[in-house]
Amino acid sequence: MADLVQQVVAGLASGGIFASLALALVLIYRATGIVNFAQGELAMVSTFVSWELIERGLAFWLAFFLTLAISFVIGVVIERVVIRPVEGRPVLTGVIVTLGLLVFCNGFAFWVWGGDVKNYPSGFSTRTIDVAGVAISVQDLGVIAVTLVAVALLYAFFQLTKLGLGMRAAALNPDASRLVGIRVGWMLALGWGLAAVLGAISGMLVAPTVLLDPNMMRPVLLYAIAAAVLGGLTSPGGAVVGGLALGVTLNLLTAYGDVPSSLRLPVALALILVVLLIRPAGLFGRVALRRV
Amino acid sequence: MPLLDLQAVEARYGPVRALNGVTLAVDEGEIVAVLGANGAGKTTTLRAVSGAVRRSGRIELAGRPLPRSPDAVARLGVAHVPEGRGTFAELTVEDNLRLGAYTRRGDIDDDYARVLGLFRVLRERRGQQAGTLSGGEQQMLALARALMQRPRLLLLDEPSLGLAPLVVAEIFGIVRKLNAEEGLSVLLVEQNARIALDTAMRAYVLEVGRVAVEGASGELRENESVRRSYLGY
Amino acid sequence: MSARWAILAGKVVALVLFAVFLALLPNWISDIRAQQFAYVGIFFIAILGLNIVTGYAGQISLGHGAFMAIGGYTTAILVSGGPKALPGFAEGSEYLNLWPDFLEGGFKDLYTIPIGALVAGIAGLAFGLPALRLPGLYLALVTFGFAIAVPQVIRYLDGVSGGTAGIQLFGNPNLTGATANKVDLPGRTVTFNEWLYHLTWAIALVLLVVAWILLASRFGRALRAVRDNEVAAAASGISLARYKTLAFGVSAVYAGIAGSLYAIANTFVNPETFRADLSLALVIGAAVAGLGWLSGLFVGALFVYFLENVASLDFLPNGIESALKTPGVPDMVYGVVLIAVMLALPFGVGGGLTRLFRPITNRLYTRGS
Repeated sequence: MADLVQQVVAGLASGGIFASLALALVLIYRATGIVNFAQGELAMVSTFVSWELIERGLAFWLAFFLTLAISFVIGVVIERVVIRPVEGRPVLTGVIVTLGLLVFCNGFAFWVWGGDVKNYPSGFSTRTIDVAGVAISVQDLGVIAVTLVAVALLYAFFQLTKLGLGMRAAALNPDASRLVGIRVGWMLALGWGLAAVLGAISGMLVAPTVLLDPNMMRPVLLYAIAAAVLGGLTSPGGAVVGGLALGVTLNLLTAYGDVPSSLRLPVALALILVVLLIRPAGLFGRVALRRV
Repeated sequence: MPLLDLQAVEARYGPVRALNGVTLAVDEGEIVAVLGANGAGKTTTLRAVSGAVRRSGRIELAGRPLPRSPDAVARLGVAHVPEGRGTFAELTVEDNLRLGAYTRRGDIDDDYARVLGLFRVLRERRGQQAGTLSGGEQQMLALARALMQRPRLLLLDEPSLGLAPLVVAEIFGIVRKLNAEEGLSVLLVEQNARIALDTAMRAYVLEVGRVAVEGASGELRENESVRRSYLGY
Repeated sequence: MSARWAILAGKVVALVLFAVFLALLPNWISDIRAQQFAYVGIFFIAILGLNIVTGYAGQISLGHGAFMAIGGYTTAILVSGGPKALPGFAEGSEYLNLWPDFLEGGFKDLYTIPIGALVAGIAGLAFGLPALRLPGLYLALVTFGFAIAVPQVIRYLDGVSGGTAGIQLFGNPNLTGATANKVDLPGRTVTFNEWLYHLTWAIALVLLVVAWILLASRFGRALRAVRDNEVAAAASGISLARYKTLAFGVSAVYAGIAGSLYAIANTFVNPETFRADLSLALVIGAAVAGLGWLSGLFVGALFVYFLENVASLDFLPNGIESALKTPGVPDMVYGVVLIAVMLALPFGVGGGLTRLFRPITNRLYTRGS
């Protein structure tokens, strides 16, 4: 029983990481209608930036928040420079542009920091604490806490602030938004900035465990895609629930099912496929699958 | 100086010329109607003002040239209620109204109360998703949202479209009231010439992207040949 | 009517010239270069296949490297003489007895190519049937997942695939000329690299002509209808499911052939050979080539090859060459070029070429009006 609780908590922690990245994907999908295949690589670059800051002597949490700010700016710049020109174009063009971004970021990381695996410090101690007789890792709890705080802040932003309302409106109906005076272009840029922040959170939380190298986020991206699809690409809440559920399920499958850890990725893929075939809108999303 | 001044405005959709040189004006405190058959360019005229379509020619608001992007135009106090209403169907009535006041700084509670007072049915449906409202209610929501902006100029595109006569009468009544009590200036596009002429002081009749006839509503209403050829009754 | 024939004749002439150029090229370049161009030919085939499904049918596939893997591993398994026991079966189990004896010695490499193509094609159809009901973006996601997951599955099925170590083919007698580095063709003896070059490009040209015919036929028109407006196409009676799946199957066949050739050229396969980056590289090459336009394919294939194998760019001035050799820089260039191409030329190089020739074709079409 104690083991089960540990596994669930660990699953929630990794699920939280998936959820952050999945939320980033959903944000961008809702705003600009494309899936940002480069989200993982951007997160990876952000994590390297934070590593660089820490190497130069900054305290972890200072580096953490500074990196969030830097990531925000990077996200905004990318939207204005790279994405805006392809706004009205077909989906495929946007996909390929994000693939180009993916490849570029990967190369950039290799170029600046090299390919060897680096250690990444955790913002939380590596102790375990005793909760009702079960040894729970502080790291796991910390990850879960950060994820929940980030999600809560984001929710508050979107539901309670004027700017958040403006962003929601811009994503839903850009034309009507312009008529009420919303600068839709900047709303989209803001969306990309926030997504970059979420990605950075995801990267900095996962790096202590998987160690830092340019390909670190590839599997996380796939899990995030699975989570976003599971929850519904248009539903931020769904992305969070999907991420947490996926994390726990994968952990339990590996621990108690007969699934070797090398098959975790294919399981995630199979999940994506099954969900899309049975219920394309995911658990909470809304999409029109045309049946012709 | 008129509040809104259009001089020889042209606009096209790709290769199709929709406006062929429209000249019209709206004075402060006036309700002006734009009439004409389908495809005459009425909606395009409004879209040219609000910046939703590319145009050439001069458009001035209170003597200053009007910017070309919709959000800039909105920030100058022009509220456009488009064809199809332009409500945010997935958001609540309340959120829609809050969005109407997006360009306003400061407290909007007073406006909120005022608008809900004018459109009682919206008060009841405050928390409902806008898409679940009936056609008439959505039109009221669209108008209410425009009013939240405290606009200098209201652009109304076919408010009567698809609505029952009673609802149409109620909406036009509110427009007339706002104009009489607060001096709201309105540029109104309508297919229903009768109610438009009853509400507006002056009217322009468009044909093939150009002003064919203009004059005071009374005159146009009396003029048999104008009525028959342009207004259909 | 005569204008159409003139353009067609022009294209045929261009193709013939291209073929002659390819046939003679090995006489003027080094052996190593011949090998490099052979790889370009392999990518040419793969991108051609991808083009059929992405450019003409309008379905996004980010996972074509997986179909190459299927073709490649089929070839490797057959050439090496059959799978060892699958996980879960013991050595010497009944399963091994099912593997026909006459296959124990392994297949001659050439004969495995059509088999690899067939297996990949079947996989493509099987994948296509469910997946192609999904709207474009979801298909992109699923195929992306496919690209990432397949190397893992290959690693897992180590009884068949040799796991992480892969399957080594070098020295295998079934491999034409690999050991002795000479191949006896009627009339001459060529090196392995030259033989590889001629093999891949002969196949590539044949497949190009096949694709050309296919796309000019009713099949191609149906595909384009599906790409341009699904609802209208369906309303015209085109079975979306059938054509999309067929297009996917055909493109998988092409990828499978490319994969088989890749295995023969490399003389080994392992999961890294077909990792996710390969699928991305293919899409990028297809994009550069110009989605939907056959003419830019050669450029696209070149692009993919030389950026994946930067060492081969030794004809560039030293400064640029060493800059490009720095790890990470090629990918950065890749990314920038790709984004720039997409921003400037949304139809890639092929589309650009067609646009260049448009004044000529316009004149041909409107002559006499």
